[in-house]
Amino acid sequence: MKFKTLALALATGLTMTGTAFAQTEIQWWHAFSGRLGDLLAEQVDQFNASQSDYKVVGVNKGNYSETLNSGIAAFRAGEQPTILMVFEVGTASMMAAEGAIKPVYQVMAESGAAFDPDAYLGAVKGYYTNTDGQMLSLPYNSSTPVLYVNRDMFSKAGMDPDMDLSTWENVGVALDGLKDAGVSCPLTTAWQSWVHLENLSAYHNVPFASKDNGFAGLDTELSFNGPVQVKHIQTMGDWAKDGKFIYNGRRNEGGANFRAGECALFTESSAGYAGVKANAEFDFEIRALPYWGDVAGAPQNTIIGGSSLWVMAGKSDEQYKAAAQFLSFLSSSDIQAIWHQNTGYLPITLAAATQTEAEGFYDANPGTEIAGIQMTAKEPTSNSKGLRLGSFDQIRGIIDEELEAVWVGDKTAQAAMDSAVERGNVLLRRFEQANR
Amino acid sequence: MLLLLPQVLVTVVFFFYPAGQAIWQSLFISDPFGLKSQFVGLGNFEYLLADRFYRASFATTAIFSGLTTVVSMGVALYLAVLADRLIKGSGVYRTLLIWPYAVAPAVAGVLWLFMFNGRVGIVTWYLGLMGYDWNHVLNDGEAMGLVVVASSWGRISYNFLFFLAGLQAIPKSVIEAAAIDGAQFWTRFRTIIFPLLSPVTFFLLVVNIVYAFFETFGVIHTITSGGPQQATTILVYKVFSDGFVGQDLGSSAAQSVILLVIVGALTIVQFKFIERRVHY
Repeated sequence: MKFKTLALALATGLTMTGTAFAQTEIQWWHAFSGRLGDLLAEQVDQFNASQSDYKVVGVNKGNYSETLNSGIAAFRAGEQPTILMVFEVGTASMMAAEGAIKPVYQVMAESGAAFDPDAYLGAVKGYYTNTDGQMLSLPYNSSTPVLYVNRDMFSKAGMDPDMDLSTWENVGVALDGLKDAGVSCPLTTAWQSWVHLENLSAYHNVPFASKDNGFAGLDTELSFNGPVQVKHIQTMGDWAKDGKFIYNGRRNEGGANFRAGECALFTESSAGYAGVKANAEFDFEIRALPYWGDVAGAPQNTIIGGSSLWVMAGKSDEQYKAAAQFLSFLSSSDIQAIWHQNTGYLPITLAAATQTEAEGFYDANPGTEIAGIQMTAKEPTSNSKGLRLGSFDQIRGIIDEELEAVWVGDKTAQAAMDSAVERGNVLLRRFEQANR
Repeated sequence: MLLLLPQVLVTVVFFFYPAGQAIWQSLFISDPFGLKSQFVGLGNFEYLLADRFYRASFATTAIFSGLTTVVSMGVALYLAVLADRLIKGSGVYRTLLIWPYAVAPAVAGVLWLFMFNGRVGIVTWYLGLMGYDWNHVLNDGEAMGLVVVASSWGRISYNFLFFLAGLQAIPKSVIEAAAIDGAQFWTRFRTIIFPLLSPVTFFLLVVNIVYAFFETFGVIHTITSGGPQQATTILVYKVFSDGFVGQDLGSSAAQSVILLVIVGALTIVQFKFIERRVHY
C-alpha cells in the first residue's frame, strides 16, 4: 500500500517535472514515521498542491539522532537536504556550525516570504533564537511534560480521582495509597532526564547549567547536582525501592504500560495525548506537572522538547525561496491549529492557539490546554528559557545511566548527580574546544 | 612482481589508506560538520585514557569476547560431535543447525530482545512464573549474558560447520583402533579427536575473537546500546557511539588506532604461542 503510493507519487513527480520544468524541488529530511509521519506527509502534500512553483519531498531518516547524523554526514559529502529536522538537543551543535546552516531569519528576509517573528510563542521561539533575538531555525513540533492520571485506577484503589496532585508531596501521598491498595505500578515516566531533571530545574527556577543554561556561552558547566534536583531524584529513588515508581526505559517505553491500564500516574510529553486517547480503555485525565511545594517560586514554567527545522547552507537561491515559502506555509494558523489538535504538540504561533480555543477544541478535549498554560504562565527566567548545551545527546545518555544507578539502588542521588555533572562537563569542554 | 600488484593495490586502497586516515584524524579535534579542526597531537589519546569508562571497556571487551568465543565454540563442538555420530537424517540436522548463520547480527539482536523484553518477552514471562525478575535494562550481569548469548547464537552455526567438517576428516580407522583397545568415548575424544581437531579449533579461535571484537556491535546496539552504565560497551561499540552518535571524530579515530594496535598484538600472540600447540 505504502509502496504503491510512493510509486504513484514518484510517477506523478516525474511527469510533473516533464511538463512544469521550472519547478524547484527541495528535500526535507525528517524523523517522523507512523501516525506523525502520515500527518507530516499530509502537510507536504497540501503545500505541493497549493502552488506549482515548488515541490517539497519529505524523506524519513530514522529517529531524531539518526536524522541529525544523516544530515551531518550528507553535509560532509556535499549532499545535504535543503531542510533538516533537528531535535532540540541538537540545537547547540547546529548553532555552532555557522558555515553549515543558513539562519531562518535570513532565508525569510532574502526571499521576501511572509514572516513575523513576533507571531511565534515566546517560550517556544526562545529555544531557537540567538542572543540578538533572531530566529535561527523554525520550531516545528514542541511539547512539554505533563502528568497523565488513570482515574479508574484511583477509584478502584478507593481513592478520590479528583484529589490534588499539583505537588510532589501530594503525589507521594497518592502513591502510598495506591501501593497500599495493591497497585503494581503507581507511577512511571517517559524521558526521565527531560522530565525529572531538565524540566524539574526550569520548573523550580534553578540552573541546570551555568551561563544561563549555556545560552550565554560555550564555557558553560553543568550544575544539576543542586539540592532541589538531588532531593527530587532521591525521592524518586526511594519510591523506586518501595515499588511506587516503576522504571520502564529511557525513552517512552512506559507509555505502553500506562496505555494498557497498568500504571496509575505517568509523566510524559503532552504529545503523548494522541496515543493515550486512541488506546486507553479507561478514564484518563491530564494534569499539570507536579512541583515541590516547599521550593520558593515554584512552579516557574516548563521547557520544550521536540524539533525545529534548519535550512542548510550550500543551496541555490531558488531552493531557498522554496524553503521560505514552505516554512511560511507551515507557520500558518490553519496548519498549526490542525497539527496542535491532532498531535498534542504545542501550537507554535499565538494565532493558532487562539484559533484552537475559538473552535472549542479545549472545551471538547479537557486537559489539552494544560501544556500551553504550564509553559506560558510566567515570564521565563534565565533558568527556564531552555538549554543550549553541546554534545547534549551524549550528556543525556550519561544522565540516563546515572539515574538508572539510582533506580536500582546502586548509588545515592547525590553521588549519581555529582558523577553525571563531572562526566558531562568533560564532554562540554571537548565541545568547547572543537568549536573554538 | 607484476602478478602481485592487484593484491598490493587492494591492500593499499582498502587497508593502508583508511588506516593512515584514522591515524591522521586521531591527531585532530574537529567539529561534526568538518568545518574546523585543530591539531592536538596526542591529546585525543590523553583524553581517552583519562576516561575511567574507556579503561573499563577494555575489561568489558575481554570478558565479552572471551565468553562469546567459549560459548559459541563450546556449543558448536558439542553439537558437531553429536551430529557426527548420527547415521540417519544427519543432513536435516546439519541444515537446521546452519540456518541461524543467515540471520544478520542486528536482526538476531532484535529477536533475542523480543524474547527477553521486560513487557512482552516470552522468556521473561516464564522466568517471572518461576519467580525470577529479569531486567537486563538495569542489571548489568543480565545485560552481558544476553548480548553474549545473542552474539554467540548465530556464530554457533558457523563453528558447527567447521567442526563437523574437521570431525569427518579424522580417519575412522584411528578411532576404531582406539575403540578396539578399549578406549571409551571420552578418552577417545580427549586423546585422539580433540588433538586432531586442533587446526580447526585454532582457526575458529582466531576468527571468533575477531568476530566478537568487531562484528557484534549490531547486537549490542539493538539490545543494550552499551548499557546499563556502560556495562556492555565494548571497544568497537564505543568507536561507533562516539563517532556516529557523539560526532566526535577525533576521539573515534584515536580509538580505532588503539584497536588496531590491540588486534595486531593479539594476532601475534595467537600465532606465536597458541599455534605451537596445534598439530597439523
